[in-house]
Amino acid sequence: MTLSVSMKQQLGHLALDLAFEAPVGITVLFGRSGSGKTTIVNTVAGLLTPETGRICVQDRVLLDTKSGENLPPHKRRLGYIFQEGRLFPHLNVRQNLTYGRWMAKAPADRSEFDRIVEMLGIGELLERRPATLSGGEKQRVGIGRALLANPSLILADEPLASLDEERKQEILPFFERLRDEVSIPILYVSHSAAEVARLATTVVALDNGKVARQGPAVEVLGDPMVTPTGARAAGALIEAVVVMHHADGLTELEVGGVRLLLPRVSAEPGSRLRVRIPAQEVILSRQAPTGLSALNILPGTVETIRGGDGPGALVSVKTPAGSILARVTRRSTAALNLQVGGTVHAIVKTLAIAPEDVGR
Amino acid sequence: MTLSPEEWQAVALSLKVAFWATLFSLPFAVFVAYALARWTFPGRQLLNGLVHLPLILPPVVTGYLLLLTFSPRAPVGAFLGELGIVFAFRWTGAALAAAIMAFPLMVRAIRLSLESVDMRLEQASATLGASPFWVFATVTLPLTLPGILAGGILAFAKAMGEFGATITFVSNIPGETQTLPTAIYAFLQVPGGESSALRLVILSVIVSMGALVASEILSRRITRRMEGA
Repeated sequence: MTLSVSMKQQLGHLALDLAFEAPVGITVLFGRSGSGKTTIVNTVAGLLTPETGRICVQDRVLLDTKSGENLPPHKRRLGYIFQEGRLFPHLNVRQNLTYGRWMAKAPADRSEFDRIVEMLGIGELLERRPATLSGGEKQRVGIGRALLANPSLILADEPLASLDEERKQEILPFFERLRDEVSIPILYVSHSAAEVARLATTVVALDNGKVARQGPAVEVLGDPMVTPTGARAAGALIEAVVVMHHADGLTELEVGGVRLLLPRVSAEPGSRLRVRIPAQEVILSRQAPTGLSALNILPGTVETIRGGDGPGALVSVKTPAGSILARVTRRSTAALNLQVGGTVHAIVKTLAIAPEDVGR
Repeated sequence: MTLSPEEWQAVALSLKVAFWATLFSLPFAVFVAYALARWTFPGRQLLNGLVHLPLILPPVVTGYLLLLTFSPRAPVGAFLGELGIVFAFRWTGAALAAAIMAFPLMVRAIRLSLESVDMRLEQASATLGASPFWVFATVTLPLTLPGILAGGILAFAKAMGEFGATITFVSNIPGETQTLPTAIYAFLQVPGGESSALRLVILSVIVSMGALVASEILSRRITRRMEGA
């Protein structure tokens, strides 16, 4: 199942004019605040109607301004996870969860209900009112409510933005499970590079109302030309396999024949991990460095150099582990005489990779 | 404190009039409040003004206009009379007068409550598959309940105390249209009627206070439920 969206809409000064496809898995609409992300999601939900556009899920047309077709929200079979939860305050958690099924007049599916309640760990909360729940609990109930509506498409509008860092880490694993277990498209809005790196199967990078680039997360995040939230937040994504845990608190990963050392990650040897390597934390060296404390040294060749007007430049290095982005000064690129195709070593400090940069 | 049969009659009639006036106007008030709060349509301000008119007009004027409209000799009154519906000089007329006088209070309370409903919750309901009717029935209406309750109680109290429009429209016929306030007025007109009047005054204070306390308890219970206790 694939969601296809194309739309045109004038939003104040911003002209939205874009088209993208969201296959099964999580497609992240990635862009800075005010880039029209929420407008796009609300258009897909049917809460807004664009000037022109066409939206369909596989063969089912939700909107086609040409033929005049425009399904109202309640007929679109959605599961919308809102930033602020939007739980019904007059209903308890159980009633909130079963609301969608009740509206669809579908028979209650006891085992499905139990499975989702169990997965989200909200069994203890069923008889409580939303007002007594913590932010993280509300968001988990919101996810459950959307899933139990039996949707053909899940929308999530910055579902973690209103949570503190600890709560974010509590909710992120649920979205990872959703991505891996649900067989429908999930359209997820975010302006957080770390969230994108952990969750996205596909990235749609937005810039000034247009799609700057769309494709698999590894490709889009490794492209120095695409930095929807600024070069400072850039970082490439590497998919690696856990080799072993060392006694000194490090975890060894392998990708493309290269070994990487990370601070201890709780994952079984043999399991796959996604690791975001912040461009900010990568050092480049022409020679293979010796006598250096950094543990991860990846040899490679320079793919692209993108200098801006500021002092910084983004360099992508093709290594056996995949593309790695490094944010260095323009002065350094000149001093090292970096050329596209030249050999270089990318150096990544083990401890520069934070726990939130690592996901399943 | 014992009441004479005549005094009882006035109390019972007042309760009956106020009850039916409130019950019948409630659905209309919800509809009008919803229209004023949510829809834009030509004549919206006119409707708003019309609803509020009884609040500003002298009650006697409202009563006289009702008499002009619903008297058996007037076209509307005659037509309704054909259908067997008679308002003039009947208790139903007292209920109609009370309903019209109380209507603006009811609409105001409900509208205020409606405007405080978070429309994003209604959107959430729609994305979960609720048609506009079900959005209203399962989200908007329950969240407006405190306002509907407050409006209902306020209207009930107003209907209990309505005097000017009632006496003008349906007069002051014991057993048919003599409500608490018109009875008090009548007792005060005759020598030696003060003690009867005083008993009815005490009764009206009790009924009004009772209504107020009931509304307070109910609205607290609703608020507590929403806050999750």
